[in-house]
Amino acid sequence: MAEVLVLVDHAEGTPKKVAYELLTLARELGTPSAVVLGAGASAAADRLAAYGAETVYVSEAEELDGYLAGPKASVLAQLVADKSPAAVLLPSNAEGKEVAARLAVKTGSGLITDAVGVTPDLTAEQPIFGGSVVVQSRVAAGTPVITVRANSTAPTEAPASGTVEQVSATFSDADRAARVVDHVVEDKGGRPDLGDASIVVSGGRGVGAAEGFGIIEQLADTLGAAVGASRAATDAGWYPHQNQVGQTGRTVSPQLYIAAGISGAIQHRAGMQTSKTIVAINKDPEAPIFELADFGLVGDLFTVVPQLTEQIAKRKG
Amino acid sequence: MNIVVLVKQVPDTWAERKLSDSDKTLDRASVDVVMNEIDEYAVEEALRLKEAATASGGEASVTILTMGPERAVETIRKALSMGADKAVHLTDPALAGSDALQTSYALAQVLSTLEYDLVIAGSEATDSRMSIMTALLAERTGQPQLSGARKVTASMEGTAGTVRIERQTENGYDVVEASTPALVSVVEKINEPRYPSFKGIMAAKKKPLTTLSIADAGIDAAQVGLASAPSQVASFATKPPRSAGQVVKDEGDGGVKIVEFLAAQKLV
Repeated sequence: MAEVLVLVDHAEGTPKKVAYELLTLARELGTPSAVVLGAGASAAADRLAAYGAETVYVSEAEELDGYLAGPKASVLAQLVADKSPAAVLLPSNAEGKEVAARLAVKTGSGLITDAVGVTPDLTAEQPIFGGSVVVQSRVAAGTPVITVRANSTAPTEAPASGTVEQVSATFSDADRAARVVDHVVEDKGGRPDLGDASIVVSGGRGVGAAEGFGIIEQLADTLGAAVGASRAATDAGWYPHQNQVGQTGRTVSPQLYIAAGISGAIQHRAGMQTSKTIVAINKDPEAPIFELADFGLVGDLFTVVPQLTEQIAKRKG
Repeated sequence: MNIVVLVKQVPDTWAERKLSDSDKTLDRASVDVVMNEIDEYAVEEALRLKEAATASGGEASVTILTMGPERAVETIRKALSMGADKAVHLTDPALAGSDALQTSYALAQVLSTLEYDLVIAGSEATDSRMSIMTALLAERTGQPQLSGARKVTASMEGTAGTVRIERQTENGYDVVEASTPALVSVVEKINEPRYPSFKGIMAAKKKPLTTLSIADAGIDAAQVGLASAPSQVASFATKPPRSAGQVVKDEGDGGVKIVEFLAAQKLV
């Protein structure tokens, strides 16, 4: 079977969950090879082998972390030229999509982003218009480059050899054009990232103030969840913009989405509609969020959310 | 400082958006259309950079570049009424159905005919939501990609400039720097777009608008349009709206009720 390249999203060599999901998906399409780029890359090989990576291509060249998107796309383009893979899968986050875009141009290939599934004949399924329409797309030129959303596949282990192969990359001046001069981490209390998280707890206008997010965060931490916010809440300055879920923010599709004090305007729905299970808490029984909630609770979030946190903590003992 | 702003006309998010049954492309004809929301922030950022440049004695201009059908002129006029100086409208029936890669090729061809220090775009369009145009154009032009900016500063010394952005990341931001000419995309938190004034709306009618066909722009017809698109929609289906589940009223045990539901779903 032909190789399928998977670009591994990782932090200093620790793969993110989406990497295991993509490897699991790649096993359905061919023989998975992981591509790990940047500082700490070599450390990831064993973990990736556990999820089916026959080969682990590694490069820790400084350019990979020092410049935006271009260098990673160059390494992948070299691998596409050398290995003639059946497809390249990347995570559908901001960086993954940009690397995919540049790779597609470099290799003269077609590109599909935001897939939630890929079949063995390389047809990708994409939800569009906030999930109201589902499209089946195919790449008609070159090597299919497909970005896949987190939480699209349940990751399962399938040990493979994980043979490490160092890639010696060469970079162009254009790859070195946009230099990352500083990397600033703003405190987020060690919570999982929104795009990756299995559970997301979001607060909206009903939360009422920045302080109100305290109970949202407590619930999230009890569940090991990421915290999201509606546009109303981020516009009001109650929560950081990078946590905004919705059309002009992040798109998430976790196993469980809990919306507290969010009315469910289309702008918000566009970012969370494909969540597997949706729970909504809202004072207003007419709130549109109840139209798509699997379980809706009409009530005051300031009493319901703390009680929910307490009950979950009790169950977890 | 010469700035080009990429502006896209999109179906109104509040309208019912659909794909056309005949060729499976976005149905642009039957829906209300608006300027892509985040592009308003891109126009605003360009105007602010221009104002800052002229305030310190420099010269600056803002040019709107739009690819789209004839009616996209309405959106171009809006950008001009906000204060942009002039506009270029790439419109040609041969462009219909072009995917993102083809669009980036066509836009790059037009950009190669313009003189600019900065290209500013919105970080994503509300219809396709791919968020890749800046990266695609960077690859095509060889110019730096400064995408996802929540803050932009630019300084020019003669024709050589430096641009620095704060790029929003998952847990903070990166500071990214490059020389001009450079390609920037902005997220919506970067500023508060102005409303066109009455004076601005009147003035917009007289501002220069150049309309280009693909031949005018040196675009190869074989590389654009639906038939040669490197990604193809095989089929699509309207998803039945999520059906509402149970909705219960809090009787003082709301948290307990939710946990019971979650436990039944094996989610806790």
